[in-house]
Amino acid sequence: MINTLIGDLGHVSVIIAFVAAIVASYAYFMASRPAVEASADTSWRTMARAAFYVHGAAVVAIIFFLFNIIYEHRYEYHYAWSHSSNHLPVYYMISCFWEGQEGSFLLWVFWHVALGIALIKFGKKNKTWEAPVMATFSFVQIFLTSMILGVVIGDFKLGSSPFILMRDAMTDAPVFKMDPNFVPKDGTGLNPLLQNYWMVIHPPTLFLGFAATLVPFAFAIAGLWKGKFTEWVKPALPWSHFAAVVLGIGIMMGAYWAYETLNFGGYWNWDPVENAVYIPWLVLVGAIHTMIAYKRSKQGLSASFILVIASFLLILYATFLTRSGILGNASVHSFTDLGLSGQLFTYLAAFTVLAIALLVYRWKQIPSTEKELTTYSAEFWVFIGAAVLCLAGFQVLATTSIPVYNSFLGFIGIESNAALPADQIAHYTKFQLWAGIAIAILSGVGQLLWWKKANKTSFKDAITVPLMLTLLITSLVIILSNKFDVFSFKLDNPVYITLFIAALFAVLANLSIIFGLLQKKVSLSGGAVAHIGVALMLLGILFSSGYSNIISQNNSGLLYSREFPDEINRDNVLLWRNTPVEMGKYQVSYHGRFQEVKGVPGYVNQELLFPTDDPYKAIARGAIKAGDKVYHETGDTLELHSPENIYYEVSYESLDDSFVLYPRAQTNPNMGLLASPDIEHFFTKDLYTHVSSIAPEEKEWGELKEYEVAAGDTIILNDYVAVFNGIERISQVPGVQLKAGDVAVQADMKIMGERKNYHAHPVLMIKDGMMGLLPETIEDLGLRITFMHIDTEKSRFKIGINATQKDWIILKAIEKPFVNILWIGTIIMSVGFVMAIVRRNKEGGKGSDQKGKSIPRRKVQAA
Amino acid sequence: MKKSHIIGIIVIALAIGIIMSTAGDASTYVSFGEAIERAQDGDDTKVHVVGRLKKDPQGHIVGMQYDPLVDPNYFTFTLVDTNRYEQRVVYYQPKPQDFERSEQVVITGNIQNNVFVADKILLKCPSKYVEKEVTASL
Repeated sequence: MINTLIGDLGHVSVIIAFVAAIVASYAYFMASRPAVEASADTSWRTMARAAFYVHGAAVVAIIFFLFNIIYEHRYEYHYAWSHSSNHLPVYYMISCFWEGQEGSFLLWVFWHVALGIALIKFGKKNKTWEAPVMATFSFVQIFLTSMILGVVIGDFKLGSSPFILMRDAMTDAPVFKMDPNFVPKDGTGLNPLLQNYWMVIHPPTLFLGFAATLVPFAFAIAGLWKGKFTEWVKPALPWSHFAAVVLGIGIMMGAYWAYETLNFGGYWNWDPVENAVYIPWLVLVGAIHTMIAYKRSKQGLSASFILVIASFLLILYATFLTRSGILGNASVHSFTDLGLSGQLFTYLAAFTVLAIALLVYRWKQIPSTEKELTTYSAEFWVFIGAAVLCLAGFQVLATTSIPVYNSFLGFIGIESNAALPADQIAHYTKFQLWAGIAIAILSGVGQLLWWKKANKTSFKDAITVPLMLTLLITSLVIILSNKFDVFSFKLDNPVYITLFIAALFAVLANLSIIFGLLQKKVSLSGGAVAHIGVALMLLGILFSSGYSNIISQNNSGLLYSREFPDEINRDNVLLWRNTPVEMGKYQVSYHGRFQEVKGVPGYVNQELLFPTDDPYKAIARGAIKAGDKVYHETGDTLELHSPENIYYEVSYESLDDSFVLYPRAQTNPNMGLLASPDIEHFFTKDLYTHVSSIAPEEKEWGELKEYEVAAGDTIILNDYVAVFNGIERISQVPGVQLKAGDVAVQADMKIMGERKNYHAHPVLMIKDGMMGLLPETIEDLGLRITFMHIDTEKSRFKIGINATQKDWIILKAIEKPFVNILWIGTIIMSVGFVMAIVRRNKEGGKGSDQKGKSIPRRKVQAA
Repeated sequence: MKKSHIIGIIVIALAIGIIMSTAGDASTYVSFGEAIERAQDGDDTKVHVVGRLKKDPQGHIVGMQYDPLVDPNYFTFTLVDTNRYEQRVVYYQPKPQDFERSEQVVITGNIQNNVFVADKILLKCPSKYVEKEVTASL
């Protein structure tokens, strides 16, 4: 039965949310007119609040209805069908929710509602801001809810509704012409790469960051609009910190997800989708710095306006890039084009034009000082830092926008065939590496000047210790790594040494500030902590990317062609099952395919799983053990988590350590081989391993060879010694229902393999008067054994053997030194930001302050 | 001149430098003919070529070779560009698994010794999945 009610309710909620946003926007606009403000008439504001609450309630209702459609598997709806499936656990249903464009818009809308209500509730102290700030908020909500409105008037389409029925979404499908009430039995499922716990929390975090950039923007616009050119900075500052930390964490969660799930060999790929969020983050962090500098020295107000507005506009630009389909060939990671590009462009253009026009109109009125900054003032260096951040962002923006230039030139009739740089990593690294060095040095120097008395002598005193320590440690590391091989890397590249010195200096200089503040007031040290985090991230990136080492070099000497023998890295190695290969200091061997079984920790060898008609169920062929504990006995029916996911057991052995990794691969009918790495974490490095290719599922079996044996005979099967122990009658055959009168007999054979002995039990049965053969395959040896005939008189038996090529995988393994420092740095940076939010928030009510924090910044170099 | 003006000029100069360098590093979409011309001129910059796989009348892919058991890092195929020029392409990586299903192939690399050596392959597949891969990351 088709349930159209819930979709109708959802659609009505979208319309209510849209209309309420218009009402709230208008009422807040009216409430913020000077005449209304002066008259203490609160009726417009009361109405606006009510409209915003109605909008919020409608948004919650939309989310409820959409989640219900997914949760109840209502496949008559296109959204459930295309993003979910029957076997999906609840926590991944949450990911389905935002897999599609509509759901992720909804998430974004939801966070705006949450932040808007927070502003209404907590802004009570200072009511003057509510009306103009919330007017901007509601205005943004009009645009965002219109994206999921799904109203079609003639050829004009406004938004794409998530509540579309299958029959309306796929009008061409013949099945709906025959039966409009057809409901698919199962959905097409969630993209397997997104079935990862990070994908449950990464999108909400990122979108909260997106949403939070609206708050400082709304304050800046309100400041311009109401002529409060200086007052907006104080309430906007803690929100800017909040936006920057949430966006930063969101980006790094995405990076960690990519590291753990995708197989490009790192955490950052300079894909336009990643860049699109990195750019506004850089600009936002730049804005924080100019705002803090303004609070202390009354300089840099115009820059703060520009950067706060730019960071929000760049978020809109990021949305436009990733959702409009404009990236085309340039990115594999963008949304399906829903034909919303016109609407997205209108959204971007409207805010860009309005914000810039307002800024230009008010530009002359923004107060500025004529005071010249001295070289020994901290603010001078803070501004330089903000400029470097913006230039770094600009560089990424200039390159990422190449597909946009093509489209734009095409639009005005000029054909352009520009493409992204062929070697993106080299291209971006060329700039971002130096930006990182500059940021690290500036964060050390700027912080020292900020906290010490800003004059030449005291600065010299302050910088001496950290600088001496930096140079001392650097020399030590260079000597130890080059002459004595203490580390897994050799610090000999001059550029890398420069980055190392700069980042180490930033860490030590900021540490010295924290030590100084310990005696005074630790709560002020948020800036220093965040800067240490950023410098550690730079160090982590330097080692993990600069010294990443592929250990799976193909040294077999077997090369197809020698056309270019020297230049080409041969980074993948073929591993036959159970045949060890030397890789670096490790003996690496592949031991077979494993799967995940519900209720059993770790992985279960596929040879123990007898498949059934239901791909999600299997019958245990032997006792299922994990460690010493037996979880299932032979013959038990087991439930599989995801039958497509195969884990390839790869063991690493060396004199120092040995471990087993289970890189995953899934042969997806739509996407081909999806390989995810498995990573062994050490304190000083990660060992990252993924399969690049696997043996085909369909095996080609050799000719059948028959052997006639008696119990106790020893034969040679394809180079392996095998003993035929005898036969026994069995009462149960996995996957077969035996009735009275049916007979099943199994042979018991032992085959001596290279590593261990194997027991094979091929079955011969008489069922309903027909003979049935159930051969047994020993994957390790590439043998299939069939029990073919029993000669009861002579007690002789006939078995048949087919041989095939042994199973194999192709593997790539990379060592990534000190990647941990990157993640630790991220956490420390976030802690620093949170300390700063707490402090800035406390100051909110108090008078002007003297202290500040400066330049956190992150640079991600490609892996 | 004020210090802030000097800094402003430096920032603008750097921004111009970035634009110039981006223009210099930007690659282009070309045909195989142009890629060959570049190689003959001694220009070894890397280019993008868009094409389709060569197929026989039955729709089977022709000229594709990958034998991981001999060399897992050697994959070769024939690509037909928009001018219907056929070119042998070599890729020193394992074969992308969904290669056969692709409708359109974009390769990055250059011509060396009369073969196109690709260092990146981007596939456009008809499946809905590929188009919306990694959706939730933004």
